[in-house]
Amino acid sequence: MLTTSSPPRADRLLSWGLRLAGAAAVLVLGGIVLVLLMQSAPFLLDHGSDLWRNDWQPGQARYGMAAMVAGSIVVSVLALLLAGPLAVLLAAWLRYFAPALRRPMLALVELMAGIPSVVYGLWGMLVLVPWINQWAPPGASWLAASLVLALMILPLALLVTDTALGQLPVRYLQAGQALSLSRVGMLRRVLLPQAGPAIVSGLVLQFGRALGETMAVLMVAGNVVQWPGSLFDPVRTLTANIALEMAYATGDHRVALFASGLLLLLVTALLLLLSWRLRGEKHALA
Amino acid sequence: MQRKMWGALLCVLAMTGCQPATDKLVITGSSTIAPLMAELAERFEAQTGVQVDVQSGGSGRGISDVRQGLADLGMVSRALKQDEQDLAGHVIARDGIALIVHAENPVAPLTQDQIIAIYTGKLDSWSLLGGADRPITVVHKADGRSTQELFLEHFGLDNDQVQPDLVIGENQQGIKAVAGDPYAIGYVSIGTAVYEADHDVPLRLLPLQGVPASLAALEQGDYPLSRELNLVSRGELNTQAKALLDFLSDPAQAEIYHAYYFLPATR
Repeated sequence: MLTTSSPPRADRLLSWGLRLAGAAAVLVLGGIVLVLLMQSAPFLLDHGSDLWRNDWQPGQARYGMAAMVAGSIVVSVLALLLAGPLAVLLAAWLRYFAPALRRPMLALVELMAGIPSVVYGLWGMLVLVPWINQWAPPGASWLAASLVLALMILPLALLVTDTALGQLPVRYLQAGQALSLSRVGMLRRVLLPQAGPAIVSGLVLQFGRALGETMAVLMVAGNVVQWPGSLFDPVRTLTANIALEMAYATGDHRVALFASGLLLLLVTALLLLLSWRLRGEKHALA
Repeated sequence: MQRKMWGALLCVLAMTGCQPATDKLVITGSSTIAPLMAELAERFEAQTGVQVDVQSGGSGRGISDVRQGLADLGMVSRALKQDEQDLAGHVIARDGIALIVHAENPVAPLTQDQIIAIYTGKLDSWSLLGGADRPITVVHKADGRSTQELFLEHFGLDNDQVQPDLVIGENQQGIKAVAGDPYAIGYVSIGTAVYEADHDVPLRLLPLQGVPASLAALEQGDYPLSRELNLVSRGELNTQAKALLDFLSDPAQAEIYHAYYFLPATR
């Protein structure tokens, strides 16, 4: 009612609302970066060079984070390797080979995306970890964490891929059919390459989500600070470390955790840049 | 209409802003004590009308909050250290730390040396202890937990000597890990372990130095790995805090301590 009776005013309201929202987003992000920087600056100056060492023994003032950075990355990489191809294949299959199944499947997948991460973690802890434990103790491991994360990012990766495929011009499909290309060849040679950049940039965002996931990983990763040597070894991620120790940390230890938060933010920012680059290339191609 | 709303808003602001701080007690600290304290605080509130805010976050937080004046009382689930003598400790209860294995694990009582060997990774299969030929899953607590500090101190270990397979945070996570893995060994608060074992969780508490891990042994003072649960304060106690401490040591509250499997301190 408001919009039809006085459009200019509504527009002004909307525009101000948008500006406010935009400013809030920038302010919050800036605030987070500022707090992290301020909190961790003294520590970085004192112990900055220790960060790249391996041993994390805050009780003895040893704050090496390299093993946990590696832990964070390998857990998320494996999760993406598991979920990414599966999501792309499933999305393509649903769209081009089983369109009747697509709607119900997408509904199911959306439901999956809505399940809180802690529920995935609980499932991992009570079902997956004991199961892996039977084959390769202790069970809580790099593999368990990656499987749980893969399950968590699969729904959104699938939805993103589906959207990317849906945005391709219909004429590609029509032209392909007119040339009587096989559906598999069509998909492999035309559709997936065209939607590729959008799919990949979506996957990179999911990778960022996997990097940031905390509770589910904390529950299944085993949380031992060590280089991830095998799939069945327990690992600790940066996020799990913060969640495990923040409430109990004081002094330098606490500041070290802030520094690890900054490190995580840095990695995520790099990923975002990568994602932008990939999307930029897509426009260059089109 | 609008003026009325502003008036109401001002009223609310005035009420929250000017409420005397002494009508409210803030207690923060140990996650071991917090559930017990929350229930006791509720009863205290009902009796006296003094609002008590209990927040969990580890013994370290209890100490630092009291030092910074953020909390009136801090919950600390260990004795005070040398560098914490600026605070006054009030022992409210006793607890112990029990070594736990899966209920189906047939292992005989372990000696001190065996436990040390297990936790330092020198002994890594149950077959060496008369059990199945399976690796031992060593469950250890994360840094900063007083349960971990006490465990390390008791066995004379440094944290970097321990070779864990699983590092956990809360007691509950330890219970779930050991109950879900027939080849795991871990340590948690006796209170929590006895409670879970009594509620059909497949756990077995191992005796320590020949003393069974039970509340009775703890009460007699025989159990070697025990700790005091403290409330700490700094400087003069206000009347509300004093009233709360009196309330906590009232024998009438003993049943609540027992419900959480702690022993109320006797004064």
